[in-house]
Amino acid sequence: MAGTNGQSMITAKNISKSYRRDRLEIPVLVNLTLTVPEGEFLALMGPSGSGKTTLLNLIAGIDRPDSGQVLVNGVDIGSLNESALARWRSGNVGFIFQFYNLLPVLTAYENVELPLLLTRLPRKEKREHVEAALKLVGLGDRMRHYPRQLSGGQEQRVAIARAIVTDPTVLVADEPTGDLDKVSAHDIMVLLERLNREYKKTIVMVTHDPRAAEKAHKVMHLDKGELTT
Amino acid sequence: MRVMKLVLKNMLRHKLRTLLTIAGIAIAVTAFGLLRTVVTAWNAGVEASAADRLITRDAVSFIFPLPLAYKDQIAKVPGVVDVTFANWFGGVYIDKNQFFARLAVEAENYLEVYPECLVPPDQLATFKKERNSCIIGEQLASRFHLKIGDIMPVEGDIYPGHWEFVVRAIYRPKDKVTDPSNMFFHWQYINERMKQEAPGRADNVGWYVVKVKNPAAAARISEEIDVLFQNSRAETKTETERAFQQDFLASADAILTAMNFISFVIIGIIMLVLGNTMIMAARERIREFAVFKTLGFSARHLIGLIAGESLLISFLGAAIGLAFTFPITEGFSAVLPKGWFPVFNVEPVTLILAGCSALLVGVIASIFPVQRALGTSIVDGLREIG
Repeated sequence: MAGTNGQSMITAKNISKSYRRDRLEIPVLVNLTLTVPEGEFLALMGPSGSGKTTLLNLIAGIDRPDSGQVLVNGVDIGSLNESALARWRSGNVGFIFQFYNLLPVLTAYENVELPLLLTRLPRKEKREHVEAALKLVGLGDRMRHYPRQLSGGQEQRVAIARAIVTDPTVLVADEPTGDLDKVSAHDIMVLLERLNREYKKTIVMVTHDPRAAEKAHKVMHLDKGELTT
Repeated sequence: MRVMKLVLKNMLRHKLRTLLTIAGIAIAVTAFGLLRTVVTAWNAGVEASAADRLITRDAVSFIFPLPLAYKDQIAKVPGVVDVTFANWFGGVYIDKNQFFARLAVEAENYLEVYPECLVPPDQLATFKKERNSCIIGEQLASRFHLKIGDIMPVEGDIYPGHWEFVVRAIYRPKDKVTDPSNMFFHWQYINERMKQEAPGRADNVGWYVVKVKNPAAAARISEEIDVLFQNSRAETKTETERAFQQDFLASADAILTAMNFISFVIIGIIMLVLGNTMIMAARERIREFAVFKTLGFSARHLIGLIAGESLLISFLGAAIGLAFTFPITEGFSAVLPKGWFPVFNVEPVTLILAGCSALLVGVIASIFPVQRALGTSIVDGLREIG
């Protein structure tokens, strides 16, 4: 567990989650418990439908468990109402999606600036944050480019810059290399590893890619709702 | 970047679609403005009515005359300040397409009862002195290039024969609702000729205009006047000038109702056009809304983004439509037979109605997309194929 300080950043206690499809109730996670120490880089692997993304969503506060408790940095996110949860997400969690999810009508700069619209930072400081984030991901020279003018790897780096611009403590990444070629995937993983090592970000990453998982400190497998190391 | 910029960028995402929607709204608002202007023009007489004027006419129909002798009796009714009268003359000036009101009036006090027609005192004095003189509105003077001293020949139809009137005064309307295209001349001039050529028609007037001291007493005074002439050969019906004008418009009531209805149907069409655009936009952006929510944007932000876009499109369309309403209304007025609508202006109330409609349409058109954006969970939204 190189890089962690042992204190728990994320704790999921006995969480269960099921989905309803028509009349069928499909259990995805059953009584699952997980602890992620501060500064950890955790990779979650497992077959499709095993509940990896569901677990990630619960940790990130974009979904709620049917039962159980999720604590992130000491905050019981289940106790927050929708607007408080939205505020909490904006300040504490950065999201990296498989398909980048950048807004096509905004430039790289504007996409990264989006989370800062919710803050009261002066314009100058916002600009400094955005430029710093974009330079950190190696896109200081592509700020005025639109997503369609960037490669997949560059788009994902913009998405990472957007995820870190508010300086969150936790980064969650859902198949961040799933839509990228080998070289771009490697670059992204190097970047995530750097964010974990140099900037002490706690990262939880869902991946199918064993090469991506190799960069993590710890790999856990989720299958049929059960978590194994 | 500000939220407004985001709204603007979203609006311009599908430029052609947005442009067509704005054009659709603009055309509909122009049609709305034109229809409302026609309805307003039709009602101009009602709007110009004074609260302190009553009209006494024949109880059976407006087309039957009243005896001149009624004047003195009406004047004696308590609360009556002044009494004057007028007669619809008809006739043809130049040709039948040149329509405007030609009224034989009591020259002595008619314009005192109608102070909204502003006449220079020296011109009014000359008019009163000359029996074959007339006063015309400034719009008539401009339309027929008439000036003081010119002669207006009129071929009579209700009062047959050739008539000539000398323009001795030109009045200016005090406000926008006063008809600037009337022609007034001496009733005595007509009556004298009637005495010679058709004595049975002499000493009759079309209607009386009764100025009252207190408009609140209008109902009582009207009743007292009508009681005076009960069981006479010409019973009267007295009502406020507004009611009289409304009676006059009653024949066109169905058309006006239809026009009113259509003008609001147009608002419904705008709503469908914009609603369709906004629903399509929301459907395409479900995944983006989920991303916004993931990043911490609240329901309030999403409502602002969607309703802001809807309102922006709506107001742009309305603004362009209203800008076009003015020249189109002028063009429409130009092709109408002259004198049909002496007062044909885009009224402030039309602009306000169009503005309020744009606001309403913008808000209503965003309801469904907002519901959809807020009702879709982040998890479901992120699963949507972009």
